[in-house]
Order: sequence, then C-alpha cells, then structure tokens
Amino acid sequence: MGLGMDASIALVAIAPFVAALLAPLAQRLTKPFAGWVLAAVPLAIFAFLLTLVEPVIANGAVSASIGWVPAYDLNLSFFVDGLSLTFALTISGIGALIVLYSGAYLKGHPHLGRFLGFLLAFMGAMLGLVLADNMLALFMFWELTSVTSFLLIGFDHTRQASRRGAIQALVITNIGGMGLLVGALLVHHLTGTWELSALGDEVRGSGLYGLVLFAFLCAAFTKSAQVPFHFWLPNAMEAPTPVSAFLHSATMVQGGVYLLARTTPWLGGTEAWTLILVCFGGATLLWGALGALRQTDLKQMLAQTTIASLGLSVLLIGLGTEAAIAAMALYFVAHALYKAGLFMVVGAIDHEAGTRDITVLGGLADKMPVTFIGAALASLAMIGLPLTLGYFAKEEMYLGLLAWTWSDIVVLVVLVAGNAMLAGVAMLVMVKPFLGPVLPTPKSPHEAPLAMLAGPILLGVCSIVFSVLTEDLGKYLLVPAASAILDHPVTSHLTLAINPASPLLWLSIATWGLGLLVYRQAATLRTLLRRAEAALGWTADNLFDVVMFGLIRFSAGVTRLLHHGRLEIYLVTVFGALALALTLPMLLLGGYDVLLPTAELGNWSDVLSWPDLRIYEWGVVLLALVGLGSVLLAPNRLVAIMALGIQGTAVALIFLLFGAPDLAFTQFMVEILSVVILALVMTRLRLDERDHRPLEDLARDGTLALVCGVGVSLLLMVVLTGTLDKRLSDLFTATSVPIAHGANIVNVILVDYRGFDTLGEIAVVMGAGMAIMALLRRRKKATS
Amino acid sequence: MNTIIFRTIAPLIVAIMLVFSVYVCLRGHNEPGGGFIGGLIAASAIAILGTAIGPAAARRALHIDPMNIAGFGVFMAAFSGLLSLFTGSPFMTSIWLYLNLGDTTVPLSTPMVFDIGVFLVVFGTIAAIALGLEGDGGERS
Repeated sequence: MGLGMDASIALVAIAPFVAALLAPLAQRLTKPFAGWVLAAVPLAIFAFLLTLVEPVIANGAVSASIGWVPAYDLNLSFFVDGLSLTFALTISGIGALIVLYSGAYLKGHPHLGRFLGFLLAFMGAMLGLVLADNMLALFMFWELTSVTSFLLIGFDHTRQASRRGAIQALVITNIGGMGLLVGALLVHHLTGTWELSALGDEVRGSGLYGLVLFAFLCAAFTKSAQVPFHFWLPNAMEAPTPVSAFLHSATMVQGGVYLLARTTPWLGGTEAWTLILVCFGGATLLWGALGALRQTDLKQMLAQTTIASLGLSVLLIGLGTEAAIAAMALYFVAHALYKAGLFMVVGAIDHEAGTRDITVLGGLADKMPVTFIGAALASLAMIGLPLTLGYFAKEEMYLGLLAWTWSDIVVLVVLVAGNAMLAGVAMLVMVKPFLGPVLPTPKSPHEAPLAMLAGPILLGVCSIVFSVLTEDLGKYLLVPAASAILDHPVTSHLTLAINPASPLLWLSIATWGLGLLVYRQAATLRTLLRRAEAALGWTADNLFDVVMFGLIRFSAGVTRLLHHGRLEIYLVTVFGALALALTLPMLLLGGYDVLLPTAELGNWSDVLSWPDLRIYEWGVVLLALVGLGSVLLAPNRLVAIMALGIQGTAVALIFLLFGAPDLAFTQFMVEILSVVILALVMTRLRLDERDHRPLEDLARDGTLALVCGVGVSLLLMVVLTGTLDKRLSDLFTATSVPIAHGANIVNVILVDYRGFDTLGEIAVVMGAGMAIMALLRRRKKATS
Repeated sequence: MNTIIFRTIAPLIVAIMLVFSVYVCLRGHNEPGGGFIGGLIAASAIAILGTAIGPAAARRALHIDPMNIAGFGVFMAAFSGLLSLFTGSPFMTSIWLYLNLGDTTVPLSTPMVFDIGVFLVVFGTIAAIALGLEGDGGERS
C-alpha cells in the first residue's frame, strides 16, 4: 500500500471533507453527472473499508494513530473493530447511493453543488465519529455532525419551518454534545487516558460513575431522539428528502446508538444502565410507533418509525444480553437498509406525483413499477418477513427474552406491540400509495430516473442477499460487531430453517398478525390517536418554543439593561469600575501600608524637602499644571481639548527627560492626533460650544476622575517601593543585539519577541477602524 | 483654519512628514522609532492634507483607499511570519539577510517587513478615521 495504514484510515474521515470543498466546483464542471461523479468518493471509501474486513475479523481490531497536538500527548487515533466497521460500511455505502440520488432529486437546483458539499462533509463527520478512538476527536466529530446536519436540515433556508427544524436539531444535539464533552473530561480525569479502546473497569467502579453515565446518556439520548428529546427528529423532516434518507436511516440519529454500543464494555452492564436504557428505549419505541400511525404524510410516518426504531435499539443495548446485542447489530444494518430505501421511495413519489399524503395517493404501481418494487422490498424487510435481514433481527430480539420472568414478559410485550405497529405502518407505506384505485395527483406520475431508483432497489436486494447468505452474515457482520460491543467473542447461530416448535416462530406470527390488524384499522386508530393528542393539547415541541422564546426575551432584557445606548452611563460604569478596581483591593488588603512613613524616620514633616529638580524640569511640571488648570477652567469644549493636549505633551516631555524616547515619541503623536480627532468629532456631532452640566453630575464625574487619578498615582508609587523583577528586561537587554539584531529594545520586543501579540493588536486596530468607518457611513446615510 | 498660508505650506509639510515617517519606521530597530510611530506621523500628515485641500482631494492623492492600506498591512505582517515556514522554524521566527552593496551592508529581515506592516495598518486606519471625520463619511465622493 502506498500510504501508511494510519494515514489511510485517517483519510476515510478526512477525504469527504476535501471532497465537500470541491463539490461546488465539481458540480459546475460536470453539470448533469455531478451526483455520479461525487458518489465515487464514498464508494472508494466503502471499497477501502471492505479491505479492512478480513484483518478486523482476524485480529479483532485495526488501530491507527497520527500525531495531533504532540505537546499535550494528544493523538488523532482511530480504532476499527467490528462495531465501527459495520457502522462505517453502512454509512459510506448508503452515502454513495444518497449522493447519487441527490444529484437527480435536486437536479437543476441552483445550490446543488453546495448541497452535495454539505452532504459529503456530514458523511466525513459521521465516519470520523464511528472510527475515532480518541474521545476528544470523537467529541469533535460529534459536534461536526451537529453542525453539518444543521446546514443540511436548514438547506431550504428561505422557509421558516426549515430554519426552525435546523435550529431545533442543533440546539438539542448540542446539549448532548456538551454532555459528551463533560463525560469525556470526567473519564479522562478518572483514567488518565483519552483512548476509548484503553478503558477498562475503572469507570464503573468509581464514585463518579453516576455522573459519567448521566453525561453520556445525555449525549446519546439527544442525538438518538429518545423521549423526551424526540421532537427534533420529525421537525428535521423539513430537509430535502435525501437528507432525511441519510440522517435518519444510518447516520446522525444512529450516532447516539453507536455511542451507547461503544461505551457498553466499560460503562454498561450495571443495574442503572439496564433500567434507564430499557425504560427510555421502550417508551420511545411505543411513542414513535403510535406517532407514526397518527400521521398521513408519508415522510412524517417514516420519521416517527425512525424514533421507534431508535428506541428499540436503545432498549436492546440496555438489555445487554448476547442475543440482544446481536439483534441490535443486525437491526442497525436492517433498519439502515430499509429505512434509507423507504425514504428514497417517498422522495421519488413526492418528486413524481407532487404529494406525500397517504390519503390522496393510490394506484401508482402501474405508473412507477420499479419504485413499487423498491418500496415492497424495503417494507417486507421492515415487517420482518423471512428471507429479509429484518427477519433475523426480530428473531434475535425475541430470543433473548424467553426466560419468562416478569420483566422479560413486559419487555417482550412492548417489543411485540412496537414491532406490530411498525409492521402495520410498513404495510400502509407499501400498499396504500401503490395499489388500489388510481387517485388523481398534483403531477401526472411517471417512473423516477435511474439515479433515484438505484438506491431503493440495491438496498432491498442487499437485504435479501445478506439473509440468504446466512453463514456469511453471521461471520462477517454479527460476530465481529457483537463481539466488539460485548468485549468477548460470541458465536453465530443464525439459520434460515423454520422451526415450528420454537416460540420464536409464534411470536413472529403474532407480530405479523397484529401488524395486519393495525393495517386494517389504520383509519380508526389515526382518528383515535389524533383525538388523544388534541385532548393532551401540549407537546415537548411547544415546550421547546416556550424555552427558546423565553431565552430570546431574557437576552433582549439583559441587552437593554447593559446596552442602553447612553454614552454618559457607559463612561460612568467603566470609570466607576476602574476606580473600584484601583482602590478597593489595595485598601482591603493593606496595599497602601508601604507608603506610610516608617518609625525610624521620626517626625516626617522635618525630613520633608522639595524635590531636587533642574530648572527645565520645573518648566515641564509647570506646563503640566497649566494644561491641567486650563482643562478645568476652559470656557468651551475646544479650549478644553487643546488644554488636554498641552497636559499630555508635558507628560510626553517627562518621558523624554527620563530616558523613554520611544514612549515620548509615541505620546507626542497620540496627543496631536487625539486633539485633531476630538476636535473633528466635536464639529461633526454638532455639540454645543459649552458643556453645561448640573452640579450633581459635576460632583459625580469629578469624584470619579479624582479617585481614578489618585488610584493610579498611588498604585505606581506602591509598585516603585517594591523590587522589580528584572529577569525579563535583563534577558531582553542581553539578547537584543546578539540574537534579534536590534539595539532599540522597545521596537525589538514589539516586532520580534512579542511579534505575535503585535499581530493581534494591529488586527484589532484595523477592526476598530472598520467599526468607526461603519458608524461614520451610517451617520452620513441618516443625515443625507 | 483654511488660510492661504496653511494651504500653501501644507503640501510641503506633508511631504516632509511622509519622508520622515518612513525614516522613523526604518530606523526603529536600532534607534527610537518604529512602525507604530511612523504610521502615526504619516497619518497626521494625511490629516493635515485633508484639512488643507479637502478630504476628497486627499483621498485622490492617496490613490488607494486607506482601509485597503490597513488591510494590506495586516496581511503583510502575517505573511512576514509565514516566511519562516520555508526554513522549517516556527511561525514568526525572524530571518535576516545582509546585502552587501558596495561599501555598505543593508540588513533586511522579516521583522522589518513586519514593522512595515504595522506602519501600514496604523497609517491606513488613522488616516481613514481622520478623513472620514473630516467630512466625507469615509466614502469616495
């Protein structure tokens, strides 16, 4: 291999980002074929990941690491085991089909290139997330998925609903992201490592276990839309359909499931873990399934079933038995395949027929036969009929719960009910739009283009092929993934043979039977559920709005309080704070004590003498005093400004006399420019010639000025009584000429020793200049 | 303020100040001076020019918008730091080059380029503010 293994694995996560940058350009160059061309990137990643299958099965894992911040011992490390490989292969494989599909779905859209770029960047973030070993890298990719999904969901940004969906997804998943960061920091604190693969039993045994668990569950539940954070997922359906097909089948929402599976070996297995995951997962499963039956919009129905499926996965991870984990691994792949397929089918229906409402669609099978085949393949897998991957997933789920204890029976009932409702929804999606009488639609329907058909058909076929190659399915998918989650080797016992004596078969038949019942009674159920929802009259979605608007009102209030627009108050606040900062700590901590005369000095008024100054030095002091007096006595503003300049010049002269020519030089220029600019500002603001202020204002401002001035003077005197730490200035004096080639130490510090500071400062100078320009231009517009 | 004497002498003062500002900027490494002070002097010169012949005419005399000069200054300062990448040293490591021209040696260095960047930023920003305040609101009229 030309590239090192480390770099190649890192490239899996990085290449999509590079491709994302180039996507708009590629789209412009290859107009109608943009989807086909860009799909090559995920396809290549998929092919590369396939070559890792054998080594992963042979060794259990392949890891890679490249230096990230060596100074802090941080590595950008990746870890490919059965679990991450299963996820990565699914993500890249479905990603390729989605990119292809998007090219056709958004054909002719002015921002297709941008869209494909977002999509590829999102895929890169997702691949990084499932491959990362370093927890900080994991966090980074986790947040990148939030940000890129925000861009994708809000792609149609002119619509208010899609902006709301995007913001909601970002806010909710970012809350979880913060949880993940806290969790990662806690785990690092407890174990001293950033690598997920290096973690053992330390966390479970520590006193902080509860907190760590809370942080990680917070992350997983928000990302994977568990009740009560489920509401962002349906609202994210405002995105173009390819986004939903990708985000809500194999990627974004599965991030939380992945995190739970990944943390199982060192965080899972405790009673709290099982209880929380099973309860929340079960609740989410039922809530999502009921929600799906309530909808008539095909896309919303699928969104709700996604919530249900996520709940199911979380429940299975919570159970944590060998069978449950195996079922979860199978279910992840099965769900990704059929859900992506179904979303693409719904997108095709929407694209070709002009509506997604299940009540007005019918008889499309004649017009769109290939789409119908795709829908049927996916739906059959969702129902879980034999010869599909969904069948095995369902069998494995039930297998772990045949101990007939009370808790097992409750979970089993929840699972059967949830699966039955999902099966009912699947039948609705398959039958209602395609079979039965032909109903009129907004557009006259016809078959979708090849790029849009490839996805559903290919995914449906995959589902069947995998299930027929039962042994390979066990060897290449179930065993590596489940072993990675459980951290010990498991064996596959998948078989296509149907055993009538096994309760599994009867549970499956019960599921299908109930599903059929749900399908037959769909309309009645929908009415009932809608009535129940109306009676409740309150959802978590509303609560989100209440909280968000509350936040906005709160920040508006705080802004009004602090940013009132009255310059006078700003200045009083700033200088009041300065006065307090200068004097309060010194007074409280006794900093001024060093200035008091010591006992040996005797009566201090005897030893007091005039300072020994030369005549020209007296001249400078006199100049400063004249300046100061003129400021106070100035008859109008202009004179006051000029007088302030005199006072400043006197200070500059003092600098010059006491050996700071650079400082003096700068001070002169600053004084001159201040006078010029202040005078100019004054004329522009058309202020009164004089400044009339009531007496209390004068008293307030005068006190502030005095306290600030005296505070600075006293501070300087205190500083001068101590011994200065001269190590730095000695170093600069000693090294300025030999290593920095400059005799002017001030300048050498500015441009060489502290050059980076100066770079920041000049950027600030320019930023301030631009802000002033903006203000001036606004004034001009307002006056003209 | 706008007397005939001022208007006649202003261009002379401005020319001397501009030359002096460059001198101050370049000598800064060994004598009092530097890019910051140089930039202030040059900006004062432009402010004087603006008062004497009007901000619009001063802008025309500059040819380039002062904010663009400031922007270029930031770029130049940052770029001078990047040059050290070619020697394999960290960002902003200084590089010195002594050119022998006949009898004298001219020291060139990345800190000097950096200092010129500082000069341009200070010059451009303060000149832009001064000209903007002098009447045209910061726009070419």
